[in-house]
Amino acid sequence: MENLQTLLEQALAAVEHADSVAGLDQVRVQYLGKKGEITGQLKTLGKLAPEERKAAGAQINQVKEQVQDAIKTRQSFLEEQALQQQLSSEAIDVTLAGRSGVVGGLHPVSRTMERIESFFSTMGFQVVEGPEIEDDFHNFEALNIPGHHPARAMHDTFYFDATTLLRTHTSPVQIRTMENSDAPYRIICPGRVYRCDSDLTHTPMFHQVEGLLVDTDITFADLKGILAEFLRDFFEKDLDVRFRPSYFPFTEPSAEMDIQCVMCDGHGCRVCSHTGWLEILGCGMVHPKVFEHVNVDSEKYTGFAFGMGVERLTMLRYGVNDLRLFFENDLKFLRQFQ
Amino acid sequence: MRFSEKWLREWVSPKLTTDELVAQITMAGLEVDSVEKVAGEFAGVVVAEIISAEPHPDASKLQVCIVDAGEGEPLQIVCGAANARPGIKVPCAKIGAVLPGDFKIKRAKLRGVESFGMLCAEQELCMAESSDGLMELPLDAPVGTNIRDYLALDDAAIEVDLTPNRGDCLGIAGLAREVGVLNSMDVTQMAQGESRQTIPDTFPVAVEAKAQCPRYVGRVVRGVDLSRPTPVWMVERLRRSGIRTIDPVVDVTNYVLLELGQPMHAFDLNTLQGGICVRLAGEGEKLTLLDGQEVTLTPDTLLIADQSGPLAMAGVMGGEHSGVSPETKDLFLESAFFDPIAIAGKARRYGLHTDSSHRFERGVDFELQHHAMERATALLLEIVGGDAGPIIEVLSAENLPHLPSIQLRRERIKRILGCDIPEIDVENILGRLGMDIVKTEQGWHIVPPSYRYDIRLEVDLIEELGRIHGYNNLPTTLPILEGLSPKREEALLPVSRFKQVLVDRDYQEVITYSFVDKKYIELLTPDQPSVALANPISADMSEMRTTLWAGLLKTAAYNINRQQDRLRLFESGLNFIKRGDDLQQIDHLGGLIYGGVTDESWFGKVRPVDFYDIKGDVEALLALTGSDNFSFEPGEHKALHPGQTAVIKRDGKTIGYVGALHPSVQKTLDISQKVYLFELVLPEIRRRSLPQFKELSKYPEVRRDFAVIVDEKISAAAILKNVRETAGSLLTNLVLFDVYQGANLEAGKKSIAFGITLQDSARTLQDEDINPIVERVVASLKDTFNVTLRE
Repeated sequence: MENLQTLLEQALAAVEHADSVAGLDQVRVQYLGKKGEITGQLKTLGKLAPEERKAAGAQINQVKEQVQDAIKTRQSFLEEQALQQQLSSEAIDVTLAGRSGVVGGLHPVSRTMERIESFFSTMGFQVVEGPEIEDDFHNFEALNIPGHHPARAMHDTFYFDATTLLRTHTSPVQIRTMENSDAPYRIICPGRVYRCDSDLTHTPMFHQVEGLLVDTDITFADLKGILAEFLRDFFEKDLDVRFRPSYFPFTEPSAEMDIQCVMCDGHGCRVCSHTGWLEILGCGMVHPKVFEHVNVDSEKYTGFAFGMGVERLTMLRYGVNDLRLFFENDLKFLRQFQ
Repeated sequence: MRFSEKWLREWVSPKLTTDELVAQITMAGLEVDSVEKVAGEFAGVVVAEIISAEPHPDASKLQVCIVDAGEGEPLQIVCGAANARPGIKVPCAKIGAVLPGDFKIKRAKLRGVESFGMLCAEQELCMAESSDGLMELPLDAPVGTNIRDYLALDDAAIEVDLTPNRGDCLGIAGLAREVGVLNSMDVTQMAQGESRQTIPDTFPVAVEAKAQCPRYVGRVVRGVDLSRPTPVWMVERLRRSGIRTIDPVVDVTNYVLLELGQPMHAFDLNTLQGGICVRLAGEGEKLTLLDGQEVTLTPDTLLIADQSGPLAMAGVMGGEHSGVSPETKDLFLESAFFDPIAIAGKARRYGLHTDSSHRFERGVDFELQHHAMERATALLLEIVGGDAGPIIEVLSAENLPHLPSIQLRRERIKRILGCDIPEIDVENILGRLGMDIVKTEQGWHIVPPSYRYDIRLEVDLIEELGRIHGYNNLPTTLPILEGLSPKREEALLPVSRFKQVLVDRDYQEVITYSFVDKKYIELLTPDQPSVALANPISADMSEMRTTLWAGLLKTAAYNINRQQDRLRLFESGLNFIKRGDDLQQIDHLGGLIYGGVTDESWFGKVRPVDFYDIKGDVEALLALTGSDNFSFEPGEHKALHPGQTAVIKRDGKTIGYVGALHPSVQKTLDISQKVYLFELVLPEIRRRSLPQFKELSKYPEVRRDFAVIVDEKISAAAILKNVRETAGSLLTNLVLFDVYQGANLEAGKKSIAFGITLQDSARTLQDEDINPIVERVVASLKDTFNVTLRE
């Protein structure tokens, strides 16, 4: 039985020395396998007297269990060690950039147009588009701007020939909508418009969103309500607004809408020329002559129209100080709006 | 319109500060652009007379002046102005005076000579941007008087930006009327005065163009003395209104224009031959205008002529020859009413814009001509003397504008404004605006005054009520909107969805001008007729684009020149395409890629983009439709590389192109690396199919892979199409996973490997189901393309 004790010590030492899961398995085979040394001890039991067998068998099994436990413990240790090694060898610099984790961006003018469209869509307005090369009738005549009208001087128009031109506003889309469908109307018309003018504060092409709401019971008070609501939504501020009488041939009464300056909260700054107010859009009640041109009964229907410059709203919203940047398309500028 | 506040307050002066007055008229629709003090802040400046002026002993440009500034003892003042001379009266800043900019006048020594004050120029008092020498005051200016009082300099020049409908406010009288209404105050009317006629002289006037000139008022004035100066109060009022003094006659006509809004003209009577004739120009007639330029007149131009020919462009500008000169002794004054439509646009056609044309285009009060003539005569006789003949008038009453009688309904006021206006306010507002009012059952009958061309309809009256009541005093409501019939179509993709795909794939949207340089059109779409602007802003913005690539390539070049080495750009918008007489404006979506496939990074060398990168982006866009009816076929496009161009078709119809920019175009545009482009016709790709549910199969899929060797000229698409057609209805997926050319293969051949996935919805497929399909696919490929199976 000293033999057994020695065997146990040898086995435990071998377990302790095993430095890999594979080496440990060899140790297990050497001692506990079918032909293992401890397993072999069980085979010697037959040579013992029957009365000794039970005790000796129990002793051997105890040794066997001790070695099994030691192997199990060692195995856990080695596995853990191997895992740790693997983990540490696999460590990377997580601060390095990922593969192509980039997105592009919309042009700031598109971004603003989408916000405007989204507000009016929620209010039940339909987005309608139309041609940019227009005829004189849709761009001027139908809007109560006949050829001799001084208001034509307000629109420096690009012409192709005497009656074909680049639209100077998106109002012709309103005319086309009213020509082709019946009242009521609830539309907005976003798009490119063109005026023959180019300097610090004018580009020959720019963007407008115009709107039209015509129904049996629409008043100037409704116009004030919807537009005030829109501007508060757009600037996400509880802005003061005011309406000033103005003149557009296609609306009567006509108004300019001012908002409290968003740069200085109305205290007066360079942007608002120290008035505290910013001119933001033109609007008014649709002129009966316009209704007449598109066969809408102005006794039955009333409505309002409005138009706003998208670039101006974008400049005020994001603090852009130079209109011309919008069409230079310098990526260093555009990427600021991702 | 620029005017002096003091002048206005002579007519009507509400108890308001300048700021309050400005805010009030702005909110009434007369938008004030600027308010400027008519002189700088200064004190201690008086009227002084130069008694003597001697050269400075030690400075050639200085004079030593002895000046009477009303202090008893004359002052010695050193002065550098060339016009300093004995006898003139000038502003003098005495010791202790403070000039604009807090400049204090002290006793000084200039090159050894003592100086007790400073003689001033307009500029030094901030009364002009620049000046040439001392400000010379009238000889009757009382010495010692404070200059601020003498010239009434505590005044503001107010610039009001009038909308084109408010021609009636282009004069002090009209502005005063407006301010009177706003403050419910009566306006002081200038005394009409009796006729100034003292001689019987007249001059013949004939009006041929009666429709264009319904009223012509003229008068002869003889024996004027134009050497007399315009009085300083008039010069100052003109200056504050932005008008320079010329001579007393022109100054008086300008003064009446500013005061009443009636443009007038004065001819030198002795240059006129025969008589005045108001007529339309004949073909090719010429006229030399006051400003010296000779214009060739078009036949619809209204003229004032005499027997010798055109004298003046009616309502726009006088002629050089018949104008008033310092030698003029006798005058013929004109105060006419020209029809707005006859004048509108004429000045602009000749590149002119005058105070006169500005007013006539907008409409001058057609009842004003007599009054204006009397006013001008009175002023003129006071200043330059002379004798006036009787007023000559040629009237065509039937051609005068017709004043409508407008029905104004109480109920309609509320329909438009959203609230009632009390009857007493309605009558007060419209009455003060000069309207005739008759009460009726439903409201009122209104006749507008002769100066309000913008009041023709009921809504025009309602606007006046809203305007004077104050837009901001009207209610604000949100309308209750009932639903309109639905118009949103699920099968129509919004353009924003396509843009979003590109943005998510690292594209940056750009917006470029729709008009481009013709050279881009010739380079990119030489076969495509384009449309040109008749009045472009410049040559490089003269032609409507036929392809979005013009703007994209220009933008690319712009950014490459600014050190950008990788670009992914897109734009959407109309192209303008001419097909015969038809002009099509079609929405397109275009993109451009250039440089590395990703930004420079630590992963190693970045591969440059190639055809398949941009094609992948296009495929992603088309995938939005959920349709498989798109095809890419080898194609041709003048702007693209002939070996790397695919024409994109949907159900056989061309809907776009994708490819590499043609190397020669690339060279012309001076771009160093390869550029890839795509362009799609948006309306053709927006329609998508709605999903249609199919039962999911419970049975497993089976996949079989093939590798075939085929002639390199056979396209992958042709092979796949063949497989798809022959595999039959059990085919659920077909993938091409390898294309190989090179070693181990015969020259001119390539190997293509693909896998087919089969599945049945009702049972598990067995070999006996699968093998016939595989054999069919292989046989068809052998038959059609002469392929060999690769082992």
